[in-house]
Amino acid sequence: MSTAAPITLPPSAGTRAWAWLTDQGAAIGIIVLIFVLWEVLTRALSVPVYILPTPSVIFVKIYTDLGLLMENTWATAQEVLLGFGLSVVVGIPLAVAIVYSRLFERVAFPLMVSLQTVPKVALAPILVMWFGYGILPKVLVAFLISFFPIVMNTVIGMRSTEKEMIYLVQSMGAGDLQTFVKVRLPKALPSIFGGLKVGIGQAVIGAVVGEFIAAEKGLGYLQLIAQVRLDTPLLFASVVLLSLMGVLLFNIVAWVERLVIPWHRQITEQTE
Amino acid sequence: MSGTSEAVAPSRADVPVEVSGVTKYYRTAKSGTVHALDEVSMSFKPGEFVSIVGPSGCGKSTLMMLISGLIPVSSGTIRVAGKEVRGPVREAGIVFQRDVLLDWRSVLSNVMLPIEIKGLNPAAYLRKARELLHSVGLAEFEEKYPGELSGGMRQRVSICRALVQQPGLLLMDEPFGALDALTREQMNLDVQRMWLRDRNTVLFITHSIEEAVFLSDRVAVMSARPGTITEVLNIDLARPRGAGTRSDRKFVEYIERIRRHFFAQGILSES
Repeated sequence: MSTAAPITLPPSAGTRAWAWLTDQGAAIGIIVLIFVLWEVLTRALSVPVYILPTPSVIFVKIYTDLGLLMENTWATAQEVLLGFGLSVVVGIPLAVAIVYSRLFERVAFPLMVSLQTVPKVALAPILVMWFGYGILPKVLVAFLISFFPIVMNTVIGMRSTEKEMIYLVQSMGAGDLQTFVKVRLPKALPSIFGGLKVGIGQAVIGAVVGEFIAAEKGLGYLQLIAQVRLDTPLLFASVVLLSLMGVLLFNIVAWVERLVIPWHRQITEQTE
Repeated sequence: MSGTSEAVAPSRADVPVEVSGVTKYYRTAKSGTVHALDEVSMSFKPGEFVSIVGPSGCGKSTLMMLISGLIPVSSGTIRVAGKEVRGPVREAGIVFQRDVLLDWRSVLSNVMLPIEIKGLNPAAYLRKARELLHSVGLAEFEEKYPGELSGGMRQRVSICRALVQQPGLLLMDEPFGALDALTREQMNLDVQRMWLRDRNTVLFITHSIEEAVFLSDRVAVMSARPGTITEVLNIDLARPRGAGTRSDRKFVEYIERIRRHFFAQGILSES
C-alpha cells in the first residue's frame, strides 16, 4: 500500500532504565544541587536551626521521629483518600448527569460553577463548628476542594466525542446505554484521569487546611505543634512527608491511568 | 437496542433509494432557521453508484444524513428498500470524512464494532472482517491500534467497518477529503474494486468533480443553499476505470460540463 506504518521496537529493560535516567537526569541533578547549596550556604552563613535547618538536620529528624511522623502521615492520608474517594464517587456520576440531563446541565452545572468561586478553605472553620474535631470536617474540605476539577474534566471528556461517532453507533442501532459504555466513557477516560491527577493534589491541600483549623492528629496538626515549640526541623520534616505523600498518591493515579488506558500513552508518545 | 438478530449476511444489491420532495430546515443557535434542502427528488437504482457534488454548505451532507435516517426530514418522504425512513436505517453502512475510529480498540475490533452493537454472532463475521482488511492491504495491522496508523490507513479501516456486514446501502460523506492527493487516488481505485465486487447501492458525497466522475454511474450536481439538484449526469465510461480513464476525452468533457454549472451559479468565476 502507499503508506508505511511507523515501526516501533519494544525497548529492552536496560535501554529503558538508561532512557529514564537521561530523561530525568537533569531534574534529579537540579534537586541534588539545591540540597547541596542549601547545606553549604546555611552552614557557611551559620543560619540558626530555628530559622532554617540544613537538609541533613531535617533528614536526621525524619529518622529519629519516624514513628511520630508516620502515625500522623497515616492520619492525613486517611483524610485525603476518603475525601478524594468521595469526590470520585459523587463527582463522576454528577458529571454524567450533567452531560445527559438538560435539567442538570441548566441547574446543577451553573450552580456548581458559581459555588466554585467560594474559597473552600474559608468553609473549613464552619465545617469544624458543625462536625467537631474528628476526621469528618477534614474529609469534607478535601472533598470540596478536589471535587470541582474531577467534575469539570469528566464533563469535558464526555463531551469530546465527535458527533459523527455518535451518529455512527446510532446508525448501528446503539441506544444511549451502549453509546455511553462503548464510546463516551472510554473516550472520556484520558480527560477523567487528568481531573483525578489534579484532584488528588487538591485533596492533600484540603486535608492539611482542615487540620490547621482544628485537629488532634495529622501532619498539619503536627506542624502546628512544631510551630508552637519552635521545632523548625519537625516543621520541615512534615513538609517533606506531605510532599512525598502527594507525589506517591499522584503516581498511584498515574499508574492506574496507564493500566486502564494503555492506548492513551501510545498516542501521546507518538505525538511527542 | 438490537432486538432481531437476523442470519449472517443481509442480501446486497437490492436496496433502492427513493427521495421525493424532501425539504429540510434546521435551527442553529447562531443563524436561526437554515433552509438546507428544497424539494429534492431523486431515485437510486439498486446497485448504483451515485455521487453528489456541490459547493460547501449546499446541503449534500444533510441529504445523506436524511437518507441514513439519523436526522428527520421537514417534509417529503424517503424510502430505502421500499420502506419509509423513520429512524436509523439498518441496511446502511456509513463513512464520514473523519474516520472516527475508537482509539482503544484494535483495528480488527474497530471493524467488528457494528456486529457487536447489533448483537450479531461475531464468529460468523470475523472472516469477513479479515477479508476486508486483507483486500485493502491491512491484513498485518489487525492487532494494531488506530494511533499507530496513517490517515489513509485509518480511513480504510473505517470503510471496512462500514462494509463488514455487507450493507445494501453505503453512504460516504467526503470520505477522502482529508487525505493527500495520491492516497486519495489509490482510495478511489480501492472503492471501485470493492463496489464492483459487492454491487451495493452507493451514495458518495464529494466536492471533487473528478472523483465523482471517476467513480460514479451518475453524478448529481447540487446548487448552493437551499440545496436543489440542478442536473443529473449519466457517466458512460467503461469499468473498471483506471489510469487511462482520466485522459479519456469523455471523462474530460463530463468534468467540463459539471464545472460549467458552478460557473453559471457563480460558485466558480474567472474574474
